[in-house]
Amino acid sequence: MKSIETPEGIDLCVSVAGPLPRATAWLLDALIRYGMLFAASFLISLFESAGIGLFLILIFMIEWFYFVLFEVFMHGQTPGKKMIGIQVLNDDGTPVDWGPSLLRNLLRVVDFLPLFYGFGLMSMLANRDFKRIGDIGAGTIVVYVEKTAERNDIPSARPQSPPVQLSLEEQQAVIAYAERYSGLSKERAAELAALATPLAAPLPKTTPQHLLEIANWLVGRR
Amino acid sequence: MKQEVFEKKHAADWARFEQLLRTPRANDAHDLPILYRRICQHLALARSRLYSPPLIRHLNQLVLRGHQTLYGKASRRQGRIGIFFGVTFPQAVRNEWRLVLLSSMLFFAPMLVVGLAVQYEPELIYTLMEPAQVGSMERMYEPGQDRIGSERDSDSDILMFGYYIWNNTSIGFRTFASGLLFAVGTIFILLFNGLYIGAVAGHLSRIGYHETFWSFVAGHSALELTAIALSGAAGLKLGLALLSPGRRTRFEAVRMAARTSGPIIGGAAIMFFGAAFIEAFWSSMTWIPVEIKYGIGITFWLLMIAYFVFMGRQREA
Repeated sequence: MKSIETPEGIDLCVSVAGPLPRATAWLLDALIRYGMLFAASFLISLFESAGIGLFLILIFMIEWFYFVLFEVFMHGQTPGKKMIGIQVLNDDGTPVDWGPSLLRNLLRVVDFLPLFYGFGLMSMLANRDFKRIGDIGAGTIVVYVEKTAERNDIPSARPQSPPVQLSLEEQQAVIAYAERYSGLSKERAAELAALATPLAAPLPKTTPQHLLEIANWLVGRR
Repeated sequence: MKQEVFEKKHAADWARFEQLLRTPRANDAHDLPILYRRICQHLALARSRLYSPPLIRHLNQLVLRGHQTLYGKASRRQGRIGIFFGVTFPQAVRNEWRLVLLSSMLFFAPMLVVGLAVQYEPELIYTLMEPAQVGSMERMYEPGQDRIGSERDSDSDILMFGYYIWNNTSIGFRTFASGLLFAVGTIFILLFNGLYIGAVAGHLSRIGYHETFWSFVAGHSALELTAIALSGAAGLKLGLALLSPGRRTRFEAVRMAARTSGPIIGGAAIMFFGAAFIEAFWSSMTWIPVEIKYGIGITFWLLMIAYFVFMGRQREA
C-alpha cells in the first residue's frame, strides 16, 4: 500500500505490485513477443532478403519498443500486465508518457544483468515500492489496477442500538461485516459474529442477526 | 453523520463525476475540477469518520481517476516533436557538453591512434579481429563491386537497413544503459568501438581500399559517430550520478540524471535511424561519383555541428 499525496492535500492509496506478479506478466509478454516474431518470420519466406531486413527491424522494434508503445497508448498496461491486472504509473499517480516509458524500458538492459533480471530483482526486493532500476530512473511504479469496488447493500434488519459504546474502529468493523455478509457462508458468518461477544449481552453469544441489526442502526436507518 | 445518510446525500455527485470521467465533453469542462475537489473532501471525511472500507475504496478510486484525468498528459501532441528537435535536444546536448567531450575523446581518440598505428604496424589489426573477419571486411569494401558494405551483392537495401537499425541502435542503447554500471560499461563500449572502427579504417586505407571505404562512410558518419558519442555521454551522466551523487541520495541523483540525459539518448536514437537509412540507401551506391559523396559527407558534418551549436539558442534567454 502506497500513499501518494495529491495537490489537493488528500492521499491516494494504491497497491504496489511485487516481483512475482511482475515476473508473471513479463513471462506472458515474452510469450506474446516471441509469438509475434514467429508469425513474422513468415515474412522472410515471402520477400527473401528484403524480408530479412524487415524482420530485423521488427526484432528491433519488438525488443525495445513493444513495452513502450503499450505503456503509452494502453494506460500503462502491456497485454501481459493486463492479464495479471497491474499497470505502470508515474510516482505521482498519473499515467506514463513517452519520456518515463522509454527510460524505464531502455534501462531494462541493466535490470536484466547479470542473469535474467538479477539486478532488477535485487532492486525490487530492496526498495519499499518494489521498484526495479528502470523504475527508479524513470520515476514510475507498478500498481494493481483497482477493480471497480463492489459495494453490497447491508441486508435490512430491525435497527438496534449497540449495548455498549463502540469506538470508531469497532463501528467500522461491524458495518464492514454487514456489507460483506451477503458474500459469506452461513458457517463463516456465524464464526465471525461469535468474535463480538461483548455485544451480545445479555445473551451468551452474538449471532449474525445481532450484528446486522447493530449495523443497520449505525449506518443510520432508524 | 451516519454512513447511509452520507451516501444518500452525495450519491448524485459521485454518479455525475463518474459520468464526466467516462465521457468528457467540452461543455462540462468546468464542472470536473469543482466536482473533483468536492469528492476529495468526501474521501477525507469518509476516512476520518471511518466509514466502511468498501466506501472508502470506492471514493479513493474516484479520486484516483479524477487525479489522472486532470493531471496526466499536460502537453499537447502537436508541436512536441518540433519543440524536441528545435529546443530540447540541442539544449540538452549543450548543457552536458563536458560529458559529450569526454565521451567523444573516449571514442575518437582510440580510433585515431589505432587508425594511424595500423599504418605502421599492420599486424595490430589481428589483436582486434580474427583473420576470417578481416577477410570478410576486405571483401565488403573491395573496389569494383556494384554495392559496397555488404558481403553479397544480392543483399537488398532493405536488408541492410534493417540490419543497421537493429545493430547500431542497439549498441547505442546498451552504451546508454550500461552507464548505470558505474559507467564501466559505457566506457568499455566506447573504447572498444573506437578501437574497432579505427582499426578497420586504418587497415582498409593501408591496403588501398581507401576510396571505397571513405566514400562509403562519408554520408552517414556524421550522424552515426556522433550518435554513438551522444549515447556515451548520456550513459556517462548516469554513471556519474551513481559514482558521485553529491548531496543527493543515489536514487534521486540517478533520477535527475535520467531526466536530463533522456532527451540526449532519444535524439541519438533518431540519429541512428537516420544514419541507418543513409547507410543502407545511399552509402553503398557505387554509381555516385566519389567527389559527390565526400562533398555530401562534409556538408552533413558541418550541418550537424551547426545544429548543435546554434539550434535552440534564442529560447535560452
